[in-house]
Amino acid sequence: MSELLQFLFSGVTVGAVYALVALGFTIIYNASDVVNFAQGEFVMLGGMATVFAHAAGLPLPLAALAAIIGTAAVGVALNRLAIEPARGAPVVSLIIITIGASIFIRGAAQLVFDKQIHTFPAFSGDDPIRILGATILPQSLWVIAGAVLVFVALWLFFTRTLLGRAVLATSNNRLAAQLVGINTNFVMTLSFALSAGIGALAGVLVTPITLTSYDVGLTLALKGFAAAMLGGMGNPKGALAGGLLLGLLEAMTAGYLSSQYKDAAAFVVILAVLFLMPQGLFGRKSTDRV
Amino acid sequence: MLTVEGLRSRYGRIEVLHGIDLHVDSGEIVTVVGANGAGKTTLLRCLSGVQPVTGGSITFRGEALTPVPAYKRLKRGLAQSPEGRQIFTNLTVEENLRLGAFLFSDDRVEKDMEDAFQMFPILKEKRNLAAGGLSGGQQQMLAMARALMGRPSCLLLDEPSMGLAPIVVQQIFDVVKGLKALNVTVLLVEQNAFGALKIADRGYVMETGHITMSGTAAELIADPRIREAYLGI
Repeated sequence: MSELLQFLFSGVTVGAVYALVALGFTIIYNASDVVNFAQGEFVMLGGMATVFAHAAGLPLPLAALAAIIGTAAVGVALNRLAIEPARGAPVVSLIIITIGASIFIRGAAQLVFDKQIHTFPAFSGDDPIRILGATILPQSLWVIAGAVLVFVALWLFFTRTLLGRAVLATSNNRLAAQLVGINTNFVMTLSFALSAGIGALAGVLVTPITLTSYDVGLTLALKGFAAAMLGGMGNPKGALAGGLLLGLLEAMTAGYLSSQYKDAAAFVVILAVLFLMPQGLFGRKSTDRV
Repeated sequence: MLTVEGLRSRYGRIEVLHGIDLHVDSGEIVTVVGANGAGKTTLLRCLSGVQPVTGGSITFRGEALTPVPAYKRLKRGLAQSPEGRQIFTNLTVEENLRLGAFLFSDDRVEKDMEDAFQMFPILKEKRNLAAGGLSGGQQQMLAMARALMGRPSCLLLDEPSMGLAPIVVQQIFDVVKGLKALNVTVLLVEQNAFGALKIADRGYVMETGHITMSGTAAELIADPRIREAYLGI
């Protein structure tokens, strides 16, 4: 019992990180139909920039804030310098551009920061909390709370605000969006800033648990992408559910089978789900009629 | 209200508008008729700013429109119901209409939506359904209603009758005719020359990027060349 609970805790913690990455995917996908494979690098930048800002003397909360804002700026630059000039190119080309951007950001991080593994102190200490024989780190609670908060905020944004609907409208039909007075360039800028900021937040929250280095982004991007696909690309609910599910799958496999198989088991389940439900668990069926 | 002088536009190296002159006065319904490929849609795309203009000028309510980016033109009073309807297929009918009034967040939005539902009652019935599931005629109604939600003083209509059953075409044209009472000036682009000229005050005939004839709608309907080429009489 306590064993299961322990796996549950670690699964939800990891899952919350995947969910945050998947939520980042969701925003850019909703605005532009592009799957941004540089999403993992935003997580890395959030963690690394916080480490170095903290080391330079900034108090931790300030360092984290600076890292999030800085990463959001990198997101905006990515849109301006790489995505926007390729406007009109097929979505596949744009996705390849984001893969190139992720390689570039990783390389630049290696030069600007270093190749060491870093961390900074957990926000609320390192004493594990005991619950029914299992333990959870206070930092895990921060990660879970972060994922839930971001999810609620995004869900409200997309379903309750006009600007959120404008983002959806821009991805659905850019021409029509302009005709109703939506500044589609601004929508794109906003989406990349938000998405990068959320990625950086994930990096800040998780670094005290998993540590960080210049190359943590790639795996996170793949896992976050898998989570987003599992839940249904473009749907915040799907991103959250997909992330948590993927985290739990990994934790259970690692706990009951072997940690060697945890990635394989997770991907087998994802494949099975996508065979049966190609739109993902919460995906919207396309309803075009001509 | 709207004056176009010597308007030129090209796709890549191929020029498709070779200097278009036309004007639309306040309160008029003006139609541009012509065959497929004459450049009618390109003309409207230029007016809305989603197609680069390579020469000439567009003046709207006394202001040069060419430097104004597309998304700011509705604020100036110029709306378009585009070719192929271009509704937001993934959003509901009501969300489509609400986005039509993206620029506004006052009480009039609700009222305008009620007016739109009165104009096209079928949209009210389907208000919570995804717009992509509507029939062609319903999508056309939605596209027009969405454009009107932006409170335009001038509405550009691109082929509202395309691909629709005659009875729906009649309904749409009746609504266009009724826009006069709402103080909306209309520039209507149509292949269905007869239907368009019947409700218009004036008309232009467009052929391969040129305006070849113009006059009052009655003159054009009576012109033997028009009758032969476009009316099939």
